Amino acid sequence: MSTVESVTPSGAAVVRRPRRVRLLWFLVCLGLIAVLIVASIAVGTRFVPVPTILDALGGADDTLDQAVIRVRIPRTVLALLAGAALAVSGAVFQGVTRNPLADPGILGINMGASLAVVVGLAYFGLSNPNSYIWAAIAGAAISAVFVYAIGSLGRGGPTPLKLALAGAATSAALVSFVTAVILPRNDIAENVQSWQIGGVGGATFERIWQVLPFLGAGLAVCLLSARSLNSLALGDDVAAGLGERVAIARGLASLGAVMLCGATTAICGPIGFVGLVVPHGCRLLVGPDHRWLLPFSALTGAGLLLAADVIGRIVARPGEIDVGIITAFVGAPFFIYIVRRQKVRAL
Amino acid sequence: MTTEHQLTAENLSLGYKDRTVIEGLELAVAPGRVTAIVGANACGKSTLLRSMSRLLSPRAGQVLLDGKEVHKLPAKELARTLGLLPQSPLAPEGITVSDLVGRGRHPHQGVFSRWSVADDTAVAAALEATHTVELADRAVDELSGGQRQRVWIAMALAQETDLLLLDEPTTFLDVQHQVEVLDLLTDLNRSRGTTVVMVLHDLNLAARYCDHLVAIAGGKVHAAGRPCEVLTEDTVRAVFGLDSKVIIDPTSGGPLMLPIGRHHMVA
Repeated sequence: MSTVESVTPSGAAVVRRPRRVRLLWFLVCLGLIAVLIVASIAVGTRFVPVPTILDALGGADDTLDQAVIRVRIPRTVLALLAGAALAVSGAVFQGVTRNPLADPGILGINMGASLAVVVGLAYFGLSNPNSYIWAAIAGAAISAVFVYAIGSLGRGGPTPLKLALAGAATSAALVSFVTAVILPRNDIAENVQSWQIGGVGGATFERIWQVLPFLGAGLAVCLLSARSLNSLALGDDVAAGLGERVAIARGLASLGAVMLCGATTAICGPIGFVGLVVPHGCRLLVGPDHRWLLPFSALTGAGLLLAADVIGRIVARPGEIDVGIITAFVGAPFFIYIVRRQKVRAL
Repeated sequence: MTTEHQLTAENLSLGYKDRTVIEGLELAVAPGRVTAIVGANACGKSTLLRSMSRLLSPRAGQVLLDGKEVHKLPAKELARTLGLLPQSPLAPEGITVSDLVGRGRHPHQGVFSRWSVADDTAVAAALEATHTVELADRAVDELSGGQRQRVWIAMALAQETDLLLLDEPTTFLDVQHQVEVLDLLTDLNRSRGTTVVMVLHDLNLAARYCDHLVAIAGGKVHAAGRPCEVLTEDTVRAVFGLDSKVIIDPTSGGPLMLPIGRHHMVA
């Protein structure tokens, strides 16, 4: 042990983190997203050639192609925003619960948001989209607290599998509530279908503007919690020893994540698995430091959901499949993979 | 190098739900020294340590740091003076040693502040002190138990506190790693003047490595003082309910406890 002194390098070199690798991945992600944006505008029931896209982005809308593009642009923007929001929300829930299976879809939080919107539409005459968003966030918060409480019952507290089971059961129950609310109500059935299966097809810039402040606030809270999440990852006792007020930090980060997934569900409906898959993938690329993980998840989530939307438009031409279904196809096998891995408790 | 701090418990009562573990305990930690807390299983020694580091609020009485109640100090301010290494900390999957040690800097950083030169220096010093420099880029999952414990101590050191509380820092370690960790803590105490308080299982190692030995029984301090005063046959009987023989340790000159069981006696 005493021989080590002779080879101690200078401090800064020792602790320098591999920034270059992260920067490289960052650029790769940005490039992929750029390609996906072009694809998302070009691909669909009607294929639009790339030069026309550039014209339309310049403001022209005199041809049919350019009119098509006008519809696809908000859809693309919404897919990017929703993907980023869901991925960050999933990463934060995983950090807060130290649970590798946490995801706003699996934990039933998105369905809670959906139910709140549907109930608001059916019984309380909610009409302006701003009130949908508030209802969705409230519904998300209530179901998050409920699932966490159920999952914490019994021995060992909120273990990953118990939380996931509580979430799945709650989610199943909420789905049937949503159906039960909608079925007898022909007058609203058409409006509410998008809150059963998530999709970004109905996007308009008006709706995006309405949800943007909520997404912005939620994202800001989550990013500011990154350092607290790093402490919480070491266990509650260590975090407290490092001067973290554990309960407050956990509550604040959860609030940010609930705002993100609630607001997203308010306009897209429940989209699952993005929040599960993306943070795990990003952890492999940039490591478990939340100050890197959260921005990377945002970027990758945006790309993934956009890719899912494009795929949904390709595989079912001339119709389309909602992103909520595509993400489930990708995410469900991934979920099984994580459960089967031995290290399921080791987040 | 370090300022001396007075950490005391006054008339302290602690418990969980319907169970009282510590009742009316009085304790003054010797500043600048190594204190070891020993006692039977479930006697409340870990509970006491948790309470001294703000993790558990007292039912009655108080824990004072330089005359101020620990539970009322701002969390980060306390964390810059008093560090804690709990019994089973969690290392996130895939975290590197330098990243983990860097997280010890948390109480020195604000929400918006960036990684500073002071942070770099503290992490480097902590790695050097614990002989983990060459592990800096390794993943914590890959390390042996002894290495991992040194890394956790490095994290606590990066916190740069004048007081360091450790809950059974040698559990689950082989004997050579136990000695390694305790030697390391002694180095720290001697070179930096860090006040060390640790809960230990092994009475003989505790007596060897501490300046001040505290034996807990019945929710109170049964005996406290220099190891040779505290580690006696009477104390062992009272605290552990065990007959023993205490001799002079031929390697250290301190007390050495030999348990007397029902078998294997010299005729």
